[in-house]
Amino acid sequence: MKEARYAFGGDEHVFVEVDEEMSLEAFFKSLAITNAVRDSQIKGVTEICPANASFQIKFDPDVIKPDDMLAELKKLEAAAEKAEPRLQTRIIEVPVYYQDPWTHETLMRFRERHQDPNGTDLEYAARINGYGSVADFIAAHSGSPWFVSMVGFVAGLPFLYQMVERERQIQVPKYLRPRTDTPKLTVGYGGCFSCIYSVRGAGGYQMFGITPMPIFDPQQQLNYLSDFMVFFKPGDIVKFQPIDADAYSAAVEEVAADRYVPRIKEVTFALDAFNADIDGYNRKLEEALHAN
Amino acid sequence: MPTKVIAGGLATTIQDLGRPGYYHLGIPISGAMDRFALRAANRLVGNDEGAAALEAVFIGPELEFTEDALVAVTGAEMTPKVDGDEQATWTAFPVKAGQVLSFDFLRAGARAYIAISGGIDVPMALGSRSTYAIGALGGFEGRAIQPGDLLPLGKAAPARAGKSLPEALRRGSGSPVELRVLPGLYWHRIVEASQKSFFDDTWKVAPECDRMGYRFRSGKALEFVPREPPFGAGSDPSNITDACYPYGSVQVPGGTEPIVLHRDAVSGGGYFMLGTVISADMDLIGQMQPHTPTRFVKVDMDEALAARHDRQRMLDRMREALA
Repeated sequence: MKEARYAFGGDEHVFVEVDEEMSLEAFFKSLAITNAVRDSQIKGVTEICPANASFQIKFDPDVIKPDDMLAELKKLEAAAEKAEPRLQTRIIEVPVYYQDPWTHETLMRFRERHQDPNGTDLEYAARINGYGSVADFIAAHSGSPWFVSMVGFVAGLPFLYQMVERERQIQVPKYLRPRTDTPKLTVGYGGCFSCIYSVRGAGGYQMFGITPMPIFDPQQQLNYLSDFMVFFKPGDIVKFQPIDADAYSAAVEEVAADRYVPRIKEVTFALDAFNADIDGYNRKLEEALHAN
Repeated sequence: MPTKVIAGGLATTIQDLGRPGYYHLGIPISGAMDRFALRAANRLVGNDEGAAALEAVFIGPELEFTEDALVAVTGAEMTPKVDGDEQATWTAFPVKAGQVLSFDFLRAGARAYIAISGGIDVPMALGSRSTYAIGALGGFEGRAIQPGDLLPLGKAAPARAGKSLPEALRRGSGSPVELRVLPGLYWHRIVEASQKSFFDDTWKVAPECDRMGYRFRSGKALEFVPREPPFGAGSDPSNITDACYPYGSVQVPGGTEPIVLHRDAVSGGGYFMLGTVISADMDLIGQMQPHTPTRFVKVDMDEALAARHDRQRMLDRMREALA
């Protein structure tokens, strides 16, 4: 990998582009450096934000001079190069009702902002990615696990990176013009990233379905969000599980009664072993998810 | 005893100095868009500078007081009235139990800060009372205030009516506005002619301007350096692999209309940014109305830091004057 590119964002931010293009290698390096920044407790650092293939540090230039901040980060980059790309993390099952009525209603409402006004987002995504049918496309989207490579845009929204060879990765453009509305908990897609809209609002990603599982709870009333209001963190692994309308309604009721508990298992992820046998590694992750 | 909201205004929210520390999860700092005005308003009524106050954009609220209090209104020029009697801005004035505070129309600026002695005592959310409406977090039930809301007040510290910030120490709103920008981030993505035209053109604030960001139009569209799109970035030349957005960063989707992110910023996304408005000028944006002519002025890091120090001296002078 190339050396990272450093740039100041005004007098209070350093922006570091680990790589222009997305890859798990770039994500792991970004995560390693941001973890090192957290551990080093540099005085004056106020926010540490890892992203897909880059990261950003917010700092107080009255405490640490911008050039000194830059020098500290470059030192940590050199150390992070040697870090083993290995992660203690968790795999989470996220149920998805693909082709649901709510995202369908919304995508029809904003059809004139879409590349293909005569189809649906799923039909368009399936076609341009070479899938014979929407069902095949859904099988691909839910067939492999995904890495949470960034949390942000709005509160608690995860960006998800597909854990397959680049040739097999799904890619779709964003809407031609962003929508002013997206249902809460829509499973979306833009560029090479899937996402889950944590709140209702504007959005430009294609809409594939909806999950009944809340991922942001500012009131912290749900059992699995009582410790913290945001569910995802970078490094989490997600497996989508297609569900039908009845299963969706049942899950919504479970959530309303606060009986819903997401399926979560602790796992170790090693990038080298993953790269050596991607499908085999993903099978093992899925076995771990369903082990009792 | 709480203050009762009779009318909410356009989008009046409770704000303090914000909620740092959660940007990595997409929760922005929020807080007053014009922090200088918030700090001054609080000082005038004897509060801590960072107490929660009301930020009223374009139209003021109407509030009925249920106990005696001191009030100060700073920032936008929107004359406050107590039972119809006009009061001075940037000056502490008393409001008695049963009296109604209302506002005249907006004459200058965009956001008025209404500090009440004791501060607004809604519960803290992640260390702040600021409203982040997109996430339904903080403030009054995570939203702008509405008729019938009862705003709880904290315990007031001793302070006197009539205290005023000398005019020379106030920071008003001008037109045209100059915003200083440190180029950087993805500056290299646009051609030299566009690097020049961005700073030469006069832009205008678009109607789409809110706590998340300010959009500008009327300048020349920017041209991009040709490239093979990096994997994950998307096909539009203004796309990048989704990354973090600094506060104040200037993104230009499609190269046409620059957007400067503010206190309720989206924390990241897939549009290139050409630079960042320096911290010293962020407050100014909070007082800009739609259609305000705007020039972006290129500065380097030394100039940005010098401006930051000037701003701190200005804060110190305000604090001395109101000590």
